[in-house]
Amino acid sequence: MMDRRKLLKVIGAGCGAAAVAGTAEARGLRPMSPKALGLLYDGTQCVGCNACVVACKEANNMPREGDAMYEKPVDISGKTLNIIKAYRSGTATHKDQVPDGYAFTKMSCMHCVDPSCVSACPVSAMTKDPETGIVKYNVEACIGCRYCVAACPFGVPRFTFDTPDPKISKCQLCVHRMVEGRYAACAEVCPTGATLFGPVAELKKEIARRRALRPGTKTIFPRGRIGGGDSYEGVVGHYVDHVYGEREIGGTQVLHLSGVPFELLDKPPLPDVAPARISESIQHAIYNHLIAPLGFLGVLGVLAWRNMRKGDES
Amino acid sequence: MSLHAETPAPLGGKLNTPLTRVLAGFVLILVAILAVRFVRGLGAVSNMNDGYPWGIWIAWDVVIGSALGASGFTVAFATYILNRGKYHPIVRPAMLTALFGYMMAGASVFFDIGRYWDFWHIFTPKYMQVSSVLFEVAICIMSYTAVLAIEASPMVLERLGFHKVRARLEKVLFFFIALGVLLPTMHQSSLGSMLMVFGPQVDPLYQTRLLPLLFLSSTIGMGLAAVVVEGSLTALALRRPFERELLGGLAKVGQGMAVLFLILRFADLGARGMFPRLLEPRLLTLMFWIEIALFAAPVVLLLGKHALRPSRIFVASALLALAGILYRIDAYLISYNTGAGWKYFPSMGELLVTIGLIAFEILLFIIAIKVLPVLPARREDHHE
Repeated sequence: MMDRRKLLKVIGAGCGAAAVAGTAEARGLRPMSPKALGLLYDGTQCVGCNACVVACKEANNMPREGDAMYEKPVDISGKTLNIIKAYRSGTATHKDQVPDGYAFTKMSCMHCVDPSCVSACPVSAMTKDPETGIVKYNVEACIGCRYCVAACPFGVPRFTFDTPDPKISKCQLCVHRMVEGRYAACAEVCPTGATLFGPVAELKKEIARRRALRPGTKTIFPRGRIGGGDSYEGVVGHYVDHVYGEREIGGTQVLHLSGVPFELLDKPPLPDVAPARISESIQHAIYNHLIAPLGFLGVLGVLAWRNMRKGDES
Repeated sequence: MSLHAETPAPLGGKLNTPLTRVLAGFVLILVAILAVRFVRGLGAVSNMNDGYPWGIWIAWDVVIGSALGASGFTVAFATYILNRGKYHPIVRPAMLTALFGYMMAGASVFFDIGRYWDFWHIFTPKYMQVSSVLFEVAICIMSYTAVLAIEASPMVLERLGFHKVRARLEKVLFFFIALGVLLPTMHQSSLGSMLMVFGPQVDPLYQTRLLPLLFLSSTIGMGLAAVVVEGSLTALALRRPFERELLGGLAKVGQGMAVLFLILRFADLGARGMFPRLLEPRLLTLMFWIEIALFAAPVVLLLGKHALRPSRIFVASALLALAGILYRIDAYLISYNTGAGWKYFPSMGELLVTIGLIAFEILLFIIAIKVLPVLPARREDHHE
């Protein structure tokens, strides 16, 4: 009888502590910084020349893959931060057409507004710049646990498994070139403006402009970076009604336009809510100022003290 | 039964036996494989890849190993918090199993992380990232291993004859007992929460906000089951009587935990409208039903009048441990899908390292019961 009463007490105290903790605010939405920087990748303008892949390797000192003449990476990896992939079907003769067509897509870090990798990292090696929103990696802090690799829903951070001194590799939007007044190498070299660098707010305006134009008509596309003055005349694409990255897991700073559905381009369908927000809300509710754990510890301590003292006396 | 018979004493006997030699052999293989890992990198010995960056060194050694190590906190809870004195004789073996289990989990993390020389970053204010579930798990597992060492230290102090230190330590032991119950409830539930940030990469059958509760309830069951299995095997090996009332009592609590787990699991799946998806013909649903059968089996086995037969207690507990193991493998590996084209099955090197760790744990336990006062003394032992 005594035991049962004690068990109830312990459970009661635990629930009480949990109730106190439960009143903690769930972690709110992370708004995008007004000065956030990002990329617009418009698959309908991409010609698949891979200049961005080569430029990215040079700008980031990444090793060559493939033979001596050509860069031939097949996926992003510990050696490659950015790659252009192709969708092909049937005769693959018509650009941006689903049957008998082909289409291009870019794979690189999406620079999420609420990144899973940053939430996962136990040692602050992954951080999100409060101003530019660029998701940066600091090898000096990293312990190589690969929780970021596992957490990213886009499969972006990669790990060098083949060395005793491994690290994570991911696109950091060429943040190291910005001090020289330069910007993302992939956008800088893109001949058609398919990859465009700029403030996310400006990129979104450009997306709205392109989607409002009549498909098939000619227009002037900004090239390199928005506001850089360079431009290129091209044909407006037949866009699918979906801007990839606008809502996906709370939004991303890299946005994609496409002429074919994104599912065909290995762009996974994702919910609007950031998994980081759900996970952190639950963690914060349980560990809110450690009130619940300390309360529980107090109850356990008192019971253990009483019971062990009794044991000594007998 | 006199008090004297209950006092723990070292078993004595030879340490160099065929069994310990085989176990030591597996440990040597582990050392050889780890040497390659440290010289040439993780890829040289493991099949881990960017699609499955965590393999069995995390899913088995850490997640499952520590859950089986819940033997320590569940028995401590029953004995000291609920004041069930009858469990006293199994406190020491349970604590020791937990200590060795957690030490192996810690060792596994050390060689699994790529930049192990910087592992201390996690404990320093400069680097620590408190919103990371892994941060909480790491801090908690590290502190709990220390707590387990303190809880186990009276055995060593007793053996060395440091009775004064021991008496002083026992005055404050209540605090470490309390801490030793709190910490595992925290990190064992967090080992479930750790999957939440994976979002849609974990199949909706397994991705749920109840992960912390599902992990905690199954952990308690696994910890108790581990005590019963270990107690049964020890009794068998030492030709001692099966502690039916004791182990049966623990198995019954384990049964309760299995019921709780099943209720939580199905209530959650139902609330999220997942019932139709449970019949989809694919590997994960098959694994799910095997897992559910394994949780349900001990519940059924321990019903009725034959429930307290030693064989039933043993089989029910072994199945419960297996259920928890499979639930963790499913949640961490089978239900995890990071996109097309990625495959993972542990390499021979990974398997041998995990086997080596298990062998090391058993070896440490055998040595400990022979040289330290772990198990209750029995009169017939003195003849040996």
